[in-house]
Amino acid sequence: MRTAVNTKTLTLVQAVNDALRTMLKEREDVILLGEDIGKNGGVFRATEGLQEEFGEDRVIDTPLSEAGFTGAAIGMAINGLRPVVEIQFLGFIYPAYEQIMTHAARMRARTMGHFTVPMVIRAPYGAGVRAPEIHSDSTEALFTHMPGIKVVCPSTPYDAKGLLIAAIEDPDPVLFLEPMRSYRAFREDVPEGKYTVEIGKGKKLREGGDVTVIAWGAMVPVAVKAAESAEKKGIQADVIDLRTLYPLDKDIIADSVQKTGRTVIVQEAHATGGLANDILAVINDTSFLYQKAPVERVTGFDVPVPFFAYEDDYLPTPQRVLHAIEKAVNF
Amino acid sequence: MESQFPIIQIMNEQGCIVRSEYREQITKELVMTMYRHLIRTRMFDRKCISLQRQGRIGTYVPYEGQEACQVGSALALRDGDWMFPTYRDHGAMMTFGRSLTQTLLYWKGRTEGCIPPEGRKIVPPSVPIATQIPHAAGTAYAEKRKGTKNAVIVYFGDGATSEGDFHEGLNFASVFNVPVVFFNQNNQYAISVPITRQMKSKTIAQKAMAYDIPGIRIDGNDIFVVYFETQQALERARNGRGPTLIEAVTWRYGAHTTSDDPSKYRDQEESKRRRETADPIKRMERFMQQEGWWDEKWANQVQEEASVEIEQAVAEMERYPKANPADMFDYVFAQPTWTIAEQKNAYFQWKRGIEG
Ligand SMILES: Cc1ncc(C[n+]2csc(CCOP(=O)(O)OP(=O)(O)O)c2C)c(N)n1
Ligand SMILES: [Mg+2]
Repeated sequence: MRTAVNTKTLTLVQAVNDALRTMLKEREDVILLGEDIGKNGGVFRATEGLQEEFGEDRVIDTPLSEAGFTGAAIGMAINGLRPVVEIQFLGFIYPAYEQIMTHAARMRARTMGHFTVPMVIRAPYGAGVRAPEIHSDSTEALFTHMPGIKVVCPSTPYDAKGLLIAAIEDPDPVLFLEPMRSYRAFREDVPEGKYTVEIGKGKKLREGGDVTVIAWGAMVPVAVKAAESAEKKGIQADVIDLRTLYPLDKDIIADSVQKTGRTVIVQEAHATGGLANDILAVINDTSFLYQKAPVERVTGFDVPVPFFAYEDDYLPTPQRVLHAIEKAVNF
Repeated sequence: MESQFPIIQIMNEQGCIVRSEYREQITKELVMTMYRHLIRTRMFDRKCISLQRQGRIGTYVPYEGQEACQVGSALALRDGDWMFPTYRDHGAMMTFGRSLTQTLLYWKGRTEGCIPPEGRKIVPPSVPIATQIPHAAGTAYAEKRKGTKNAVIVYFGDGATSEGDFHEGLNFASVFNVPVVFFNQNNQYAISVPITRQMKSKTIAQKAMAYDIPGIRIDGNDIFVVYFETQQALERARNGRGPTLIEAVTWRYGAHTTSDDPSKYRDQEESKRRRETADPIKRMERFMQQEGWWDEKWANQVQEEASVEIEQAVAEMERYPKANPADMFDYVFAQPTWTIAEQKNAYFQWKRGIEG
């Protein structure tokens, strides 16, 4: 048994940095690629100090070409390296979309396991920081739809480190989405050194018997706030942080919604084609007869993520979630 | 390659004309127009930085140091031409007719900042790198098909030449011989990445060779060479002689954006030194002084006028009606789909409910 593990108090972005440093130390085959990740330490400082410590051939400032460095990372991964690429903002991943969809996600299937792509694609995502145009997308569903790539999205520093290490060790490609809005929102004790959080497992943040609130990434704090407000109105909510978006943690969802019979799903992305619909399918498939009310979805709208002057209207808020909770409970 | 693509000047750092064949075309009137735009463009940029620091606009992208590229190339355009800018090219956009107020609205996170000025074909700035380059090729294709004499200019940085879209756009334009000018502002950095790490090529102009189109390398801080070379490239385009790639070598003095800290990746002395030796505005002033065209009183007046215009635009931006959330629903399709219509209704109903 391990006791008295040393911890450090870190923000989410520092925890990402710590995970990368831990794995660069731990494994010679880990290599980082991306725009401005070396000398500049990343535009969010997620890779701060890593090039200094591990050298220019392991922490690589690439040319400005997402298709180029993501494609190159696929080539590295099939040849024994464990690349971790940084996409500067999720909204700039689209040039690499072809590489991810047709190659990273399919290599194992196409070669019956003879070539594999153990790589991680990190990308800050989401709105709410008054960023310029295109910097605020949350298009996780474009990737959860594609078999062959896992999608992970932590909401806390502890999970960010543990899940990123797990993603780097995973034998398959992982898209690792970092909620930009939570990068420096709060600090938490994070163990030093290596530990993992299992991919595919959600986490229960609050226990309550009346309603289940499901969220991920930047929507987790929104869901928690709404649950706190609901409590003041005498409504007790289970709050689930999914943490992994593909594959979904079917059991944690089913257990909770069978208990409460009422569900609210909070999703930052557009409604149509969003992950909430897949969660709904899990509820339908596992727990149909337990349901006492229609599942409520609180989502971004079916509009391109707007300029920042409108983002407070676009983003789900604790008030909107509370409204949905009350609707589900009072059905 | 550097010897095949030397940096061309018309006016050197001291403000002397080094290519006498341009002497006559450099009229006092042209010079005064250029100077007015240079000053207005620079003062606006500085104002925006201070507005950002005060929280009156959002993250801002400064261009100080690159004014000759933007003003010189935009002045070479004709009314019917098209402009495809990046996020750093509002100097060019304002020179070509976008209002200062609209520019400010854009940086304040308002969609209205993307509406083109009446009668001007200025496409909204492209934020994803290099994506506007194929658009420009296609728009030029359409002009050619319509049989007009209009041309297209598209701006992009040194980093943009690493994206596939740059190569695909140039190839398309070259294959179909369309009227477009690819105007590269080589400010030698893509955020923190210096051009020597971005590419092994010694020049950007040489990339034109691969597409068999003219590639020209110019001093981007010499407004005369920018203006005349752009004009000639546009003329070739109008006359059916196809695209040109112009590499204008320049430097941004400040940060990549107001969120960037350039001291992380480069020596600030370099920018200081360039300000002293290669500044596009100082160079123009030296030229005017040597010409005997410099008039202190007039120069003060130019500044005064720019300052009034800028202050008016800031006041207008701040008086602007509040952002209307209906706008984000209303322009996605010509006819809103039922999903959008329902979501909009539900949202406003809820909003009215909580606002009482
Ligand atoms: C596809 C894409 N990837 C990354 C970014 C983030 N980004 C914004 S500006 C920039 C550097 C661009 O450099 P350059 O083309 O030289 O233009 P400059 O900013 O110097 O004018 C980067 C990487 C982006 N906007 N789009
Ligand atoms: Mg540049």
